[in-house]
Amino acid sequence: MWQFFHKLGSPKWFYGIATRFMPWLLASGLLLLVAGIVWGLAFAPKDYLQGNSYRIIFIHVPAAFLAQSIYIMMAFSAVVTLVWRMKLADVFVKAVAPVGLVFTFLSLFTGAVWGKPTWGTWWVWDARLTSMLILLFLYGGVIALDRAINDEKSAARAVAVLVLVGVVNIPIIKYSVDWWNTLHQPATFKLTEKPSMAVEMWVPLVLAILGLYLLFGWLACLRMKTEILIREQRTRWVRDLVLAGGK
Amino acid sequence: MAFDSFSAFLVMEGHGPYVWVCYGVFVLLLAGMMFWSFRTHQDIYQICKRGYEQQSKVGQPKPKAPATFTRVEVSQD
Repeated sequence: MWQFFHKLGSPKWFYGIATRFMPWLLASGLLLLVAGIVWGLAFAPKDYLQGNSYRIIFIHVPAAFLAQSIYIMMAFSAVVTLVWRMKLADVFVKAVAPVGLVFTFLSLFTGAVWGKPTWGTWWVWDARLTSMLILLFLYGGVIALDRAINDEKSAARAVAVLVLVGVVNIPIIKYSVDWWNTLHQPATFKLTEKPSMAVEMWVPLVLAILGLYLLFGWLACLRMKTEILIREQRTRWVRDLVLAGGK
Repeated sequence: MAFDSFSAFLVMEGHGPYVWVCYGVFVLLLAGMMFWSFRTHQDIYQICKRGYEQQSKVGQPKPKAPATFTRVEVSQD
Protein backbone atom coordinates (compact mmCIF):
# COMPACT_ATOMS: atom_id res chain seq x y z
CA MET A 1 0.00 0.00 0.00
CA TRP A 2 2.71 2.48 1.05
CA GLN A 3 4.84 1.38 -1.89
CA PHE A 4 1.95 2.21 -4.23
CA PHE A 5 1.46 5.56 -2.47
CA HIS A 6 5.17 6.25 -2.83
CA LYS A 7 5.10 5.30 -6.54
CA LEU A 8 2.06 7.50 -7.08
CA GLY A 9 4.19 10.46 -6.04
CA SER A 10 6.52 9.91 -8.98
CA PRO A 11 5.52 11.92 -12.07
CA LYS A 12 7.56 9.57 -14.29
CA TRP A 13 5.74 6.45 -13.02
CA PHE A 14 2.35 8.17 -13.32
CA TYR A 15 3.09 9.38 -16.87
CA GLY A 16 3.87 5.83 -17.98
CA ILE A 17 0.88 4.18 -16.30
CA ALA A 18 -1.53 6.92 -17.51
CA THR A 19 -0.34 6.50 -21.10
CA ARG A 20 -1.03 2.77 -20.85
CA PHE A 21 -4.54 3.14 -19.34
CA MET A 22 -5.81 6.10 -21.38
CA PRO A 23 -6.98 4.26 -24.55
CA TRP A 24 -9.01 1.83 -22.39
CA LEU A 25 -10.55 4.66 -20.37
CA LEU A 26 -11.52 6.53 -23.55
CA ALA A 27 -12.97 3.51 -25.37
CA SER A 28 -14.94 2.10 -22.43
CA GLY A 29 -16.10 5.58 -21.35
CA LEU A 30 -17.42 6.50 -24.79
CA LEU A 31 -19.07 3.09 -25.20
CA LEU A 32 -20.91 3.22 -21.86
CA LEU A 33 -21.90 6.89 -22.18
CA VAL A 34 -23.26 6.48 -25.72
CA ALA A 35 -25.10 3.27 -24.71
CA GLY A 36 -26.63 4.97 -21.65
CA ILE A 37 -27.67 8.09 -23.58
CA VAL A 38 -29.16 6.22 -26.57
CA TRP A 39 -31.03 3.84 -24.26
CA GLY A 40 -32.26 6.70 -22.10
CA LEU A 41 -33.31 8.94 -24.99
CA ALA A 42 -34.95 6.43 -27.30
CA PHE A 43 -35.81 3.23 -25.41
CA ALA A 44 -36.51 4.07 -21.75
CA PRO A 45 -40.24 4.47 -21.02
CA LYS A 46 -41.83 7.90 -20.53
CA ASP A 47 -42.21 9.17 -16.96
CA TYR A 48 -45.85 9.13 -15.87
CA LEU A 49 -45.56 12.54 -14.16
CA GLN A 50 -42.91 14.55 -16.05
CA GLY A 51 -43.41 13.08 -19.53
CA ASN A 52 -40.38 13.09 -21.82
CA SER A 53 -38.62 16.05 -20.21
CA TYR A 54 -37.28 13.62 -17.57
CA ARG A 55 -34.90 12.24 -20.26
CA ILE A 56 -32.58 15.13 -19.32
CA ILE A 57 -31.80 13.07 -16.19
CA PHE A 58 -29.41 10.86 -18.21
CA ILE A 59 -26.95 13.75 -18.51
CA HIS A 60 -28.01 15.95 -15.57
CA VAL A 61 -27.35 13.37 -12.83
CA PRO A 62 -23.98 12.14 -14.23
CA ALA A 63 -22.79 15.77 -14.59
CA ALA A 64 -23.94 16.62 -11.04
CA PHE A 65 -22.28 13.45 -9.62
CA LEU A 66 -19.01 14.33 -11.35
CA ALA A 67 -19.18 17.98 -10.25
CA GLN A 68 -19.31 16.93 -6.60
CA SER A 69 -16.98 13.92 -6.85
CA ILE A 70 -14.25 15.97 -8.54
CA TYR A 71 -14.38 18.50 -5.70
CA ILE A 72 -14.14 15.70 -3.10
CA MET A 73 -11.13 14.23 -4.96
CA MET A 74 -9.58 17.72 -5.07
CA ALA A 75 -10.10 18.02 -1.30
CA PHE A 76 -8.24 14.71 -0.69
CA SER A 77 -5.46 15.93 -2.98
CA ALA A 78 -5.35 19.24 -1.09
CA VAL A 79 -4.73 17.33 2.18
CA VAL A 80 -1.95 15.33 0.49
CA THR A 81 -0.44 18.58 -0.87
CA LEU A 82 -0.44 20.24 2.55
CA VAL A 83 0.69 17.22 4.61
CA TRP A 84 3.04 15.26 2.33
CA ARG A 85 3.88 17.97 -0.25
CA MET A 86 3.37 15.42 -3.02
CA LYS A 87 3.86 17.08 -6.43
CA LEU A 88 1.27 14.95 -8.21
CA ALA A 89 -1.50 15.93 -5.78
CA ASP A 90 -1.13 19.58 -6.77
CA VAL A 91 -0.87 18.60 -10.44
CA PHE A 92 -4.20 16.76 -10.06
CA VAL A 93 -5.97 19.77 -8.50
CA LYS A 94 -4.72 22.11 -11.20
CA ALA A 95 -5.59 19.68 -14.01
CA VAL A 96 -9.14 18.77 -12.95
CA ALA A 97 -10.49 22.08 -11.58
CA PRO A 98 -11.56 23.30 -15.09
CA VAL A 99 -13.21 19.90 -15.73
CA GLY A 100 -15.15 20.27 -12.48
CA LEU A 101 -16.18 23.76 -13.51
CA VAL A 102 -17.56 22.48 -16.84
CA PHE A 103 -19.51 19.64 -15.17
CA THR A 104 -20.96 22.01 -12.56
CA PHE A 105 -22.03 24.40 -15.31
CA LEU A 106 -23.59 21.48 -17.24
CA SER A 107 -25.47 20.29 -14.18
CA LEU A 108 -26.82 23.83 -13.53
CA PHE A 109 -27.69 24.43 -17.19
CA THR A 110 -29.45 21.10 -17.75
CA GLY A 111 -31.23 21.52 -14.40
CA ALA A 112 -32.46 25.00 -15.37
CA VAL A 113 -33.74 23.80 -18.77
CA TRP A 114 -35.38 20.79 -17.10
CA GLY A 115 -36.94 23.12 -14.52
CA LYS A 116 -38.88 25.14 -17.09
CA PRO A 117 -41.34 22.40 -18.21
CA THR A 118 -41.35 20.73 -14.77
CA TRP A 119 -41.55 23.64 -12.28
CA GLY A 120 -42.56 26.42 -14.68
CA THR A 121 -39.38 28.40 -14.02
CA TRP A 122 -35.73 28.32 -15.11
CA TRP A 123 -34.33 29.21 -11.72
CA VAL A 124 -35.29 29.49 -8.05
CA TRP A 125 -33.00 30.49 -5.20
CA ASP A 126 -33.56 27.25 -3.29
CA ALA A 127 -30.92 25.43 -1.28
CA ARG A 128 -29.86 22.79 -3.86
CA LEU A 129 -29.56 25.22 -6.78
CA THR A 130 -27.84 27.93 -4.75
CA SER A 131 -25.30 25.51 -3.22
CA MET A 132 -24.50 24.18 -6.71
CA LEU A 133 -23.99 27.77 -7.90
CA ILE A 134 -21.59 28.27 -4.97
CA LEU A 135 -19.71 25.15 -6.14
CA LEU A 136 -19.36 26.76 -9.59
CA PHE A 137 -17.90 29.89 -7.97
CA LEU A 138 -15.56 27.74 -5.86
CA TYR A 139 -14.18 26.05 -8.97
CA GLY A 140 -13.77 29.50 -10.58
CA GLY A 141 -12.01 30.76 -7.45
CA VAL A 142 -9.60 27.80 -7.39
CA ILE A 143 -8.66 28.35 -11.06
CA ALA A 144 -8.28 32.13 -10.60
CA LEU A 145 -6.19 31.78 -7.42
CA ASP A 146 -3.86 29.27 -9.05
CA ARG A 147 -3.29 31.60 -12.00
CA ALA A 148 -2.86 34.70 -9.82
CA ILE A 149 0.17 33.36 -7.89
CA ASN A 150 3.37 32.94 -9.88
CA ASP A 151 5.31 30.85 -7.39
CA GLU A 152 4.29 27.21 -7.92
CA LYS A 153 4.64 26.11 -4.27
CA SER A 154 2.82 29.15 -2.83
CA ALA A 155 0.02 28.69 -5.39
CA ALA A 156 -0.28 24.99 -4.48
CA ARG A 157 -0.62 25.78 -0.75
CA ALA A 158 -3.10 28.65 -1.27
CA VAL A 159 -5.24 26.57 -3.63
CA ALA A 160 -5.20 23.60 -1.21
CA VAL A 161 -6.45 25.82 1.63
CA LEU A 162 -9.24 27.28 -0.56
CA VAL A 163 -10.30 23.79 -1.70
CA LEU A 164 -10.46 22.60 1.92
CA VAL A 165 -12.49 25.63 3.04
CA GLY A 166 -14.93 25.06 0.18
CA VAL A 167 -15.43 21.36 0.90
CA VAL A 168 -18.00 22.31 3.56
CA ASN A 169 -20.33 23.05 0.64
CA ILE A 170 -20.44 19.38 -0.46
CA PRO A 171 -22.58 18.00 2.42
CA ILE A 172 -24.78 21.10 2.08
CA ILE A 173 -25.41 20.20 -1.58
CA LYS A 174 -26.07 16.56 -0.75
CA TYR A 175 -28.43 17.09 2.20
CA SER A 176 -30.02 20.36 1.03
CA VAL A 177 -33.06 18.47 -0.31
CA ASP A 178 -33.57 16.84 3.13
CA TRP A 179 -32.74 19.84 5.37
CA TRP A 180 -34.79 22.46 3.53
CA ASN A 181 -38.04 22.60 1.61
CA THR A 182 -36.85 22.77 -1.98
CA LEU A 183 -38.37 22.46 -5.44
CA HIS A 184 -35.62 20.00 -6.31
CA GLN A 185 -36.66 16.36 -6.01
CA PRO A 186 -34.86 14.10 -3.45
CA ALA A 187 -31.96 11.88 -4.56
CA THR A 188 -33.01 9.67 -7.49
CA PHE A 189 -31.00 6.74 -6.21
CA LYS A 190 -28.54 6.07 -3.42
CA LEU A 191 -25.73 3.54 -3.27
CA THR A 192 -27.18 1.99 -0.11
CA GLU A 193 -30.85 1.78 -1.11
CA LYS A 194 -32.96 0.22 -3.84
CA PRO A 195 -33.62 2.84 -6.56
CA SER A 196 -37.08 4.38 -6.67
CA MET A 197 -37.03 4.37 -10.50
CA ALA A 198 -38.04 1.55 -12.84
CA VAL A 199 -35.20 -0.77 -13.90
CA GLU A 200 -35.58 0.37 -17.55
CA MET A 201 -34.79 3.90 -16.37
CA TRP A 202 -32.01 3.42 -13.85
CA VAL A 203 -29.90 0.93 -15.86
CA PRO A 204 -29.21 3.50 -18.65
CA LEU A 205 -28.63 6.12 -15.95
CA VAL A 206 -26.00 3.91 -14.27
CA LEU A 207 -24.36 3.28 -17.67
CA ALA A 208 -24.20 7.03 -18.38
CA ILE A 209 -22.75 7.73 -14.92
CA LEU A 210 -20.07 5.02 -15.28
CA GLY A 211 -19.26 6.21 -18.81
CA LEU A 212 -18.82 9.81 -17.72
CA TYR A 213 -16.60 8.75 -14.77
CA LEU A 214 -14.38 6.79 -17.17
CA LEU A 215 -14.20 9.76 -19.56
CA PHE A 216 -13.28 11.94 -16.60
CA GLY A 217 -10.48 9.45 -15.86
CA TRP A 218 -9.20 9.90 -19.42
CA LEU A 219 -9.45 13.68 -19.21
CA ALA A 220 -7.71 13.77 -15.81
CA CYS A 221 -4.84 11.57 -17.08
CA LEU A 222 -4.41 13.66 -20.25
CA ARG A 223 -4.49 17.01 -18.45
CA MET A 224 -2.15 15.75 -15.70
CA LYS A 225 0.30 14.53 -18.35
CA THR A 226 0.25 18.00 -19.94
CA GLU A 227 0.90 19.65 -16.57
CA ILE A 228 3.73 17.17 -15.85
CA LEU A 229 5.35 17.99 -19.23
CA ILE A 230 5.26 21.72 -18.36
CA ARG A 231 6.65 21.27 -14.84
CA GLU A 232 9.21 18.56 -15.53
CA GLN A 233 10.49 19.71 -18.93
CA ARG A 234 13.98 20.32 -17.52
CA THR A 235 14.33 16.78 -16.23
CA ARG A 236 16.30 14.07 -17.99
CA TRP A 237 13.42 11.56 -18.17
CA VAL A 238 11.06 13.99 -19.98
CA ARG A 239 13.82 14.89 -22.42
CA ASP A 240 14.58 11.22 -23.13
CA LEU A 241 10.87 10.40 -23.44
CA VAL A 242 10.09 13.23 -25.86
CA LEU A 243 13.20 12.72 -28.00
CA ALA A 244 12.39 8.99 -28.19
CA GLY A 245 8.93 9.91 -29.52
CA GLY A 246 7.01 8.54 -26.52
CA LYS A 247 3.67 10.22 -25.95
CA MET B 1 -38.28 2.09 -29.06
CA ALA B 2 -40.42 4.27 -26.81
CA PHE B 3 -41.71 6.35 -29.76
CA ASP B 4 -43.95 5.47 -32.72
CA SER B 5 -41.91 7.38 -35.33
CA PHE B 6 -38.71 9.36 -35.75
CA SER B 7 -40.60 12.67 -35.81
CA ALA B 8 -42.32 11.72 -32.53
CA PHE B 9 -38.84 11.01 -31.14
CA LEU B 10 -37.67 14.50 -32.16
CA VAL B 11 -40.77 16.32 -30.88
CA MET B 12 -41.09 14.29 -27.64
CA GLU B 13 -44.65 15.53 -27.09
CA GLY B 14 -43.52 19.15 -26.92
CA HIS B 15 -40.52 18.52 -24.64
CA GLY B 16 -38.11 18.04 -27.57
CA PRO B 17 -36.59 21.55 -27.54
CA TYR B 18 -35.74 21.29 -23.81
CA VAL B 19 -34.24 17.81 -24.15
CA TRP B 20 -32.27 18.48 -27.36
CA VAL B 21 -30.84 21.80 -26.16
CA CYS B 22 -29.52 20.05 -23.04
CA TYR B 23 -27.98 17.18 -25.00
CA GLY B 24 -26.55 19.59 -27.58
CA VAL B 25 -24.81 21.74 -24.96
CA PHE B 26 -23.62 18.62 -23.09
CA VAL B 27 -22.05 17.03 -26.20
CA LEU B 28 -20.59 20.35 -27.35
CA LEU B 29 -18.92 21.13 -24.03
CA LEU B 30 -17.73 17.58 -23.37
CA ALA B 31 -16.34 17.09 -26.89
CA GLY B 32 -14.87 20.62 -26.85
CA MET B 33 -13.14 20.01 -23.51
CA MET B 34 -11.74 16.67 -24.69
CA PHE B 35 -10.51 18.09 -27.99
CA TRP B 36 -9.03 21.21 -26.37
CA SER B 37 -7.22 19.15 -23.70
CA PHE B 38 -5.84 16.82 -26.39
CA ARG B 39 -4.73 19.75 -28.56
CA THR B 40 -3.04 21.51 -25.62
CA HIS B 41 -1.14 18.31 -24.79
CA GLN B 42 0.03 17.97 -28.39
CA ASP B 43 1.13 21.64 -28.50
CA ILE B 44 3.11 21.42 -25.25
CA TYR B 45 4.69 18.15 -26.41
CA GLN B 46 5.78 19.76 -29.70
CA ILE B 47 7.17 22.84 -27.91
CA CYS B 48 9.24 20.57 -25.64
CA LYS B 49 10.43 18.53 -28.62
CA ARG B 50 11.51 21.60 -30.59
CA GLY B 51 13.30 22.97 -27.52
CA TYR B 52 15.24 19.72 -26.95
CA GLU B 53 16.16 19.48 -30.64
CA GLN B 54 17.46 23.08 -30.63
CA GLN B 55 19.40 22.41 -27.44
CA SER B 56 21.08 19.36 -28.92
CA LYS B 57 22.01 21.35 -32.04
CA VAL B 58 23.54 24.19 -29.97
CA GLY B 59 25.33 21.75 -27.66
CA GLN B 60 27.06 19.84 -30.47
CA PRO B 61 30.41 21.15 -31.86
CA LYS B 62 29.99 22.86 -35.22
CA PRO B 63 31.01 20.59 -38.07
CA LYS B 64 34.22 21.74 -39.77
CA ALA B 65 33.93 23.25 -43.22
CA PRO B 66 35.15 20.81 -45.81
CA ALA B 67 38.61 21.58 -47.27
CA THR B 68 38.46 23.52 -50.53
CA PHE B 69 41.08 24.30 -53.14
CA THR B 70 40.04 27.69 -54.40
CA ARG B 71 42.37 29.96 -56.28
CA VAL B 72 43.48 32.89 -54.18
CA GLU B 73 44.40 36.08 -56.01
CA VAL B 74 47.43 37.68 -54.37
CA SER B 75 48.40 41.15 -55.34
CA GLN B 76 51.94 41.46 -56.86
CA ASP B 77 52.25 45.15 -55.99
